[in-house]
Amino acid sequence: MWKWLHPYANPEVSYHFTGRLLPWFSALAAILLSVGLVWALLFAPADYQQGDSFRIFYIHVPAASLSMGIYFGMAIAALCSLVWQLKLADASAAAMAPVGAVFTAIALLTGSAWGKPMWGTWWIWDARLTSELILLFLYLGVIALHSAFEDKNLAGKAAGILTLVGSINLPIIKYSVEWWNTLHQGSTVSKLGKPSMSLEMLWPFLFCFLGFAMLVAVIVCYRFRNEILARNSIRPWVRDLVSAQANHK
Amino acid sequence: MTPLPKSTSSTQETILLKGENLTCIREDRLLFDDLNIEINTGDIVQVEGPNGSGKTSLLRILAGLSQPYEGKVKFKQILTSQCREEFHENLLYFGHLPGVKGEMSAEENLSFNLALHGLDTNQTVDNLANMNLLGFEDSLASHLSAGQHRRIGLARLYQSRAPIWILDEPFTAIDKQGVASLEQRFIEHANQGGCVILTTHQDLLAIPSDKVKKITLDYAFE
Amino acid sequence: MTTNTELTESSKAALAPTDTLNMTDTQHNNLSYRDAFFLVLKRDITIALRHRDDIINPLLFFVIVVTLFPLGIGPEAKTLSRIAPGIIWVAALLATLLSLDRLFKSDYGDGSLEQMLLSPHPVFLLVLAKIVAHWLITGLPLIFIAPLLAVLLHLNEQSYGALIFTLLLGTPVLSLLGAVGVALTVGIKKGGVLLSLLVLPLYIPVLIFATSAIDTASIGLPYSGQLAIIAALFFGSLTLAPFAVGAALKVSTN
Repeated sequence: MWKWLHPYANPEVSYHFTGRLLPWFSALAAILLSVGLVWALLFAPADYQQGDSFRIFYIHVPAASLSMGIYFGMAIAALCSLVWQLKLADASAAAMAPVGAVFTAIALLTGSAWGKPMWGTWWIWDARLTSELILLFLYLGVIALHSAFEDKNLAGKAAGILTLVGSINLPIIKYSVEWWNTLHQGSTVSKLGKPSMSLEMLWPFLFCFLGFAMLVAVIVCYRFRNEILARNSIRPWVRDLVSAQANHK
Repeated sequence: MTPLPKSTSSTQETILLKGENLTCIREDRLLFDDLNIEINTGDIVQVEGPNGSGKTSLLRILAGLSQPYEGKVKFKQILTSQCREEFHENLLYFGHLPGVKGEMSAEENLSFNLALHGLDTNQTVDNLANMNLLGFEDSLASHLSAGQHRRIGLARLYQSRAPIWILDEPFTAIDKQGVASLEQRFIEHANQGGCVILTTHQDLLAIPSDKVKKITLDYAFE
Repeated sequence: MTTNTELTESSKAALAPTDTLNMTDTQHNNLSYRDAFFLVLKRDITIALRHRDDIINPLLFFVIVVTLFPLGIGPEAKTLSRIAPGIIWVAALLATLLSLDRLFKSDYGDGSLEQMLLSPHPVFLLVLAKIVAHWLITGLPLIFIAPLLAVLLHLNEQSYGALIFTLLLGTPVLSLLGAVGVALTVGIKKGGVLLSLLVLPLYIPVLIFATSAIDTASIGLPYSGQLAIIAALFFGSLTLAPFAVGAALKVSTN
């Protein structure tokens, strides 16, 4: 059933395959993001309560959901790597980790910037922001562990185990933080919650979301290809590739 | 790479351990590539090569402590990863580190090592005597020298029933007399149908050179 | 390069003991899982008892961290009793973190860890024995000394039971989760700081539910719900962590 996947476990095939995908992803990301952002920031209606400050939502929410999604992707890659000993899965997890961390940071910064006009303070221990902060710690732990090993293969396996442990913990942490938050909730009620979205707001949001997702795909593809090259630097096909490029110049 | 001598005509021989197409990469350096090894009962195999040529890596891969970049290790035709328990019952590995705790006495250390591998602990004192440690049984290992630590670790050889011995530099910090008696033990073990895979920078004196098979690793320096 | 001639002989019955040396059946099986577990447990406790610093230092650290808070915040009883659960639990997390280092480090350094991984016993079993020993040496003393610190912090009298119960159920979780972190970092030279980065986020649920149980108890409400969740965390980590630790140790000793 999985036979058709087999050739993609070969680093060389994957390298060229992702190379062919890249231009499509890049084009899609460019189109979706430029349309989505212009629409969202200039033409979409302002929120009747929050005014224009609401527009940061078009960046904050995609970043936040992508930051969780990328961690989920890493966990799947880690599982594949540990169960089927797929070296490429390690490479893809390594490619995703920093991207996920950056998106988590973006979600935190935009969340905090959104909080300033709404709550009058840069930081509030809102359940979602707190979970996002802890997610950032988990990402940083994975990245730090990965870079602490000199051998890339070992680094990948160690980071994979940590990712899996983290992914089991993440829902528990998220749940406990939400529970903790309702327990200690004072007068401020989170307004980051579901804004009733009209269609005029939904369309630009979808464009932005897909645009950011494509952007993630582009960056991850680039990083994945670099990881493949770094891990296979002694392989003849990589050497041929490098010398071919050198001759080209 | 030096080929292994073809196995002699003895019909008793069976393959104990087999490495197939082993490739090892450390720090972006290829240590060995597509290496095939067969180790039979009665073999004494010496892995040779300059420092950094991958001797320790090879032994650790054979013992299952490290994963090869590519290739398989089989114990009696079955992948070692699929018969971990049986393989470990048949394996004695002694590495650079002797596995001796400073907070425990020589005898306690040996007893623990034996018990951990499911061996009898009644004769620990005799085993220690074999390693010239008589009189030190009750000394805390932290009061003993590095050579004595290694002797405590090696004392297990006198009781081990495991046929496969993988020994990384067993003679380090051991005096001449100790080396000679260890070599005797290796011959005895091989004659009983075991095998010894070892690295050493010393020449094997007591073991006749025609009995020693050699594997030379020098790929990284070619 | 040697080329292998494929073996035609019976390779299927290969695992049966064929030579005089392999004493698999008679020799090995006299060490059951339980024996192996207690062998390692006893060894680790023996070593710890001969090296008492390892037991006493984390305890002292626990006490000192807790005494720093009144000095930093002020001696007002009302404030202290309000934040006492949090302080005690955070100090317990840090004390556990500090003591985790000794769980695998010395075994890694002297080669005993390799020998354990190469023993015929399942790795998770030996790992579990080491974690239990670690908890008995470092977690249990914390529970004995915690009520004393609670007195210093004017903890509400109704909360003492909750404090003990949460520590009793929660500190094993800290040891189990911490063991995963140590197993991942034991081969790294400067693994100490990294360890805290890996482990502390995982401790958050225990911290939240434990302190909330103590708070709830202080206003006289039942806290069995929080205890049940900590118990769930305990059983979850008890079943999963030893396997993660085993996998991590194999990577670290590679």
